[in-house]
Amino acid sequence: MQDRITLQVARYRPEQESDITFEEHDVPCPKDWVILDGLNHIKDRIDGTLSYRWSCRMGICGSCGMTVNGEPKLTCATFLSDYAPGPVRVEPLRNFPVIRDLIVDIGDFMQKLVRVKPWLVREVEKPLTEGEYLQTPDELDEYKHYSMCINCMLCYAACPIYGLDSKFIGPAAIALAQRYNFDNRDQGSGDRMAVLSEHEGIWGCTFVGECTKVCPKHVDPAGAIQRYKLTAALETMKSFFLPRGA
Amino acid sequence: MAGTHVYTDYHPRWLRRHVSTYWWLEKWAYFAFILREATCLFVAWFVAYLLLMIGAVVGGADTYLRFLDWSASPWVLTLNAASFLFMIYHAITFFVAAPQALVVHVGRRPVPAQLVLAGHYLAWAAASALVVWVLTRP
Amino acid sequence: MIARHPEPLLWMLFSAGGVLSAMLMPMLLLLFGLAFPLGWLAAPSHERMLLVLGNPVAGVTVFALCALSLFHWAHRFRHTLYDGLQIKHLNEVLALLTYGAAVVGSAAAAYLLWQIP
Repeated sequence: MQDRITLQVARYRPEQESDITFEEHDVPCPKDWVILDGLNHIKDRIDGTLSYRWSCRMGICGSCGMTVNGEPKLTCATFLSDYAPGPVRVEPLRNFPVIRDLIVDIGDFMQKLVRVKPWLVREVEKPLTEGEYLQTPDELDEYKHYSMCINCMLCYAACPIYGLDSKFIGPAAIALAQRYNFDNRDQGSGDRMAVLSEHEGIWGCTFVGECTKVCPKHVDPAGAIQRYKLTAALETMKSFFLPRGA
Repeated sequence: MAGTHVYTDYHPRWLRRHVSTYWWLEKWAYFAFILREATCLFVAWFVAYLLLMIGAVVGGADTYLRFLDWSASPWVLTLNAASFLFMIYHAITFFVAAPQALVVHVGRRPVPAQLVLAGHYLAWAAASALVVWVLTRP
Repeated sequence: MIARHPEPLLWMLFSAGGVLSAMLMPMLLLLFGLAFPLGWLAAPSHERMLLVLGNPVAGVTVFALCALSLFHWAHRFRHTLYDGLQIKHLNEVLALLTYGAAVVGSAAAAYLLWQIP
């Protein structure tokens, strides 16, 4: 059981450099420390200028996503001792522009998220006097795993298609659209179809499958996308052969 | 930041990292993906091979026999052996992917993924048996 | 309200081709590519081949296998070049070459099978 480990931390200070540089720091490695603990140790005791995002430290807020030894990970959910003897390379999340050190801008995703209308769309709102929507456990199971998305962006970091073409709408946005499409309280799948069926919607995906592999909440965005490919393809056939709708 | 401060007075230069053309060599998972996609080349080769064979059959018994001789030449055999391996890889990866795309419901309940997968393998076995029977029965 | 472009149709052809090629090609390849040439099994006679290919059901199956597998190759190959080698600027040329080749190949398959008495 080793008690110290080397962290190679990416730094990017736009006011003084034009590219990422790496700094090495020796941090304690107790059995229960995660990468985030190591980063906090550096910030608290060694170099207070290190910048990174974190919040809940328990895998639910989605803030602390970074690239650890080449893989996108939640740093609050990744144990330092798993990387013994080290060194552990911590870089900003791939496929997003780096603002500073380990902080990336996810504004692109935020815009795409709004476009898929991730809320319950009703033709006519049910009045309060009529009471709650009733939903059986089976109906909940249809979309429950898609609702677990914490917007951590690990899937976008893992997706080579998004890395090559940032116009691709991306795994999480499609999974969240499906979360509402499969919710039997929702009536908005037609609204979402225009956005999802674009060339850079689901059709950008070539089913690499890395998004599902790296997802910390087991959302299975790849499955959501493939299911929607089938839905959209059948809908296209229908609109072609039955143009006025059946 | 107070009052009517305009944030874009100083906007830090964001670092946009370029993805290498060899991105698919950086991770084993990406390379396995490209291998899977490459199986389509061997699918196309086998279609060409089938068309050559059908053409030989149309040409008569002699051309058919000459085709069979040619199919035994070393480079054709090697190519077909490699194609066979890639074809197996294609079949397995395609069947593994199928349950993720095909979520079928029987009544209210979704069919379990393992059942969809098993169905594909059974169909594969049945189709293969049919091919053997059609071509080798006396 | 669905966006109009050829991707859905091409994807369905790709999927159909993928299923057919996965189901039928491994055994066909094992037989015609290895077993018959190497003599593990006796190759079917010319008469047998004419009989099999002349059968309407078998003929249609072989045509479907060839045509759909070619579209499977075209779609997958185009996407791999587009993403893998990042030659996006040649997208129209690539589409023409790949799907065009698939159309030509399918026509060739139809022509050859039609020749079987």
